[in-house]
Amino acid sequence: MNNIFVYCEIEDGQVADVSQELLTKGRGLANELNCKLEAIAIGHKLNGVEKQIIPYGVDTLYLADDERLFPYQTLPHTSIVVKLFDEEKPQIALMGASSIGRDLGPRVSSALHSGLTADCTSLIIGDHFDKKQDKKYENLLYQIRPAFGGNIIATIINPDCRPQMATVREGVMKKEILDENYKGEVVTLDVAKYVDDTDFVVEIIERHMEKSKVNIKGASIVVSGGYGVGSKENFKLLYDLAEVLGGEVGASRAAVDAGFAEHERQIGQTGVTVRPKLYIACGISGQIQHRAGMEESAQIIAINTDSEAPINSIADYVINGDVAEIIPKMIKSYKKNSK
Amino acid sequence: MKAYKIIVLAKQVPDTRNVGKDAMKADGTINRAALPAIFNPEDLNALEQALRIKDKFPQSTVEIVTMGPGRAADIIREGLFRGTDGGILLTDRAFAGSDTLATSYAIGQALKKVGNIDIIVAGRQAIDGDTAQVGPQVAEKLGMLQITYVEEVTALDDNSITVKRRLESGVETVKSPLPLVITVNGSAPDCRARNAKLLMKYKHAKTATEIDALDEKSKQLYSKREGLILKEWTVADIDTEPDQLGLKGSPTKVKSIENVVLQAKDSKAISSSDEDIEGLVVELLESHTIG
Repeated sequence: MNNIFVYCEIEDGQVADVSQELLTKGRGLANELNCKLEAIAIGHKLNGVEKQIIPYGVDTLYLADDERLFPYQTLPHTSIVVKLFDEEKPQIALMGASSIGRDLGPRVSSALHSGLTADCTSLIIGDHFDKKQDKKYENLLYQIRPAFGGNIIATIINPDCRPQMATVREGVMKKEILDENYKGEVVTLDVAKYVDDTDFVVEIIERHMEKSKVNIKGASIVVSGGYGVGSKENFKLLYDLAEVLGGEVGASRAAVDAGFAEHERQIGQTGVTVRPKLYIACGISGQIQHRAGMEESAQIIAINTDSEAPINSIADYVINGDVAEIIPKMIKSYKKNSK
Repeated sequence: MKAYKIIVLAKQVPDTRNVGKDAMKADGTINRAALPAIFNPEDLNALEQALRIKDKFPQSTVEIVTMGPGRAADIIREGLFRGTDGGILLTDRAFAGSDTLATSYAIGQALKKVGNIDIIVAGRQAIDGDTAQVGPQVAEKLGMLQITYVEEVTALDDNSITVKRRLESGVETVKSPLPLVITVNGSAPDCRARNAKLLMKYKHAKTATEIDALDEKSKQLYSKREGLILKEWTVADIDTEPDQLGLKGSPTKVKSIENVVLQAKDSKAISSSDEDIEGLVVELLESHTIG
C-alpha cells in the first residue's frame, strides 16, 4: 500500500532501458518517501526476468505470465494494471513514454481517475499549500516538464488523486543497479483473475520489430543540426564531420519536421536524451525542449549565425558563422592535427 | 454498401512550432496573440484517414468534434472545406482549465449524445501539450477499443478494421472489431487540400454565437439557410456532472510555471577564421575530447 510502482516493458526477454531507468528513479523516490518500490511485468515466458528488475532495488515484483499477454495489447495489460493498482493502491506509478506507455498510461489513468503527466523531464518530491482550501499537502510528486512550445517549464501535481502517474522518455533518467543481490519478493499473479477473455479481441496479424540502427544515445560525440542548417544537402556536412570524429548525427525537432533528418535522430524532450562528451549544435536555436535532451553534455559547441540564440548561453564554445563554411574547416583542421 | 458513422476529434492549437522572437513579451510571459491558431497537424492526418473511408464507402458520414473557445469554429469550417459532413463545437466556460482527463470526460459525454459511432479518429497528439492522452482516455470513457500510432487503414469490413501501426521500433498490423478509437501518426498521408467548391459553399458557415454578432439583415439570411449553421454545444446540451468538468474535474493541477531563464555559461567566442577553428580543434584534441 502507498508504494511506488513501475510498469516494466519487456521485448524478447529483455527489460526495456526506460523501465530500468524508471526503477532507478523510483528507488530514489521510495527512499525519500520511506516506502517500497514495486514493479509489474506482463508478458510471456517471464522466467528469469526478475534478475533484470530486482537488482535496481525492487522490493516486490508482480508477474503476469500468459502466452496471450505478449505482444502488448491495450485491453489485457490495462485490466491487469488497473486491478492490481486497485488492490495495492500505489501513491506513484511510473511508465516509459514509449509506444506502450503512452498507450497504456492514459487508459489506466482514465479508468482510475488519476492524473497523468506525459514526458516529464524531472520528478521530485515536494509539498504544496492550497490557499483556497487552506490545506497542506506533504510529499507530493512534482512532475516537471517543458510546456507551451518550450517557453515555460510547468510543475504539475496531483493533490488528491492516486496514483500520481507520470511517463518519462528513454534516456532522461539515469539507470543504475543498486545491488546485484538485492532481496526482493516475486509474486506471480493468477492471470485469469485479472483479465477477461473478452479483453483479447484485437488480433495482431503481423509484427516487425527492429532495433534502431541509429545509436545516438551511446555516442560520445554528437553532431546535431537544426533548422538553421538550411537543407538536407547541408545536413550531409554533419554526417561528414560525425564520421571523421567517430560520432553520431542528431537533429532538433524543427530539422526533423523540415525533413532534414529522420525522426529517430531527434534530440530533446520528445526525442532522445543524450549526454555525450562533446555536443556540436549546428544551426540550432536551442529551445528548452531541445536543451532538455542535451544540456548535460560535458562540452557543447554552438555554431550559429545568430549571436542571440539561446543555445549560446549553455555552450562552452560559440562559433559565430555559417555551418556550411565552418564544418569543412573543422574537418580539415582535425585531419591535419590528429594522429 | 456499408455506411460508417465516423467522428474526427480535432483541436485548434497555437502554432508552437513557429515560435518567433515576438512570442515572448518583455516581461517574460507568453504573447499568445503572436502565435497563430492552427488545425493541430496530426488531427489533419486523422481527418484524411476518415475522408478516405468515406471515399470508399460514400454513404458514410464524417463529422469533426472539437472543444475550445468560439474561434475554434474554424476547425469545423476547415473540415467542411475538405469534405466532412459537419461538426460540433463544444464550447463553454465550464470547460476552461480542463486537463486531459476532464477534456476526455466532456468529449466522451458529447459523443455519448451523438451515439452509434463506428469509428472515432483522432490525431496521436496535439503540438501544444504533446501528451497523446485524450484519444485513449476518450476510448476508455466510452468503453471502446483503441488502437494508437496508426499510419494506414488497410482493410475495413462490416465488423472489423485492419490497420498498420508505426511504433518507435517497428511496425505492427492489427485487426480489431468495431466500434473503436484510432489515433493517427504524423507519418500517415497528409490531408487533402481544401476543395474550391466546398470552400465557396461553406465559407459563410457560422455557429449561432457567430451569427448573433452579425447585423439584423445578415441574421435573417441564416434563418433560411440552416445548412450553414454549425452545431455549437454547451454544458447545457450534454449530460455532465459539474464536478467532473474544467479545473474541478482535473486531477492534475499546475503548481507553478516558470519562464525559461537561461543562466549563461562562461562561453568562449570563436570566430569563423581558419586560425580560430584550428585553435579550437587543437584544444579539443589536447583535452582528449576528440581524437
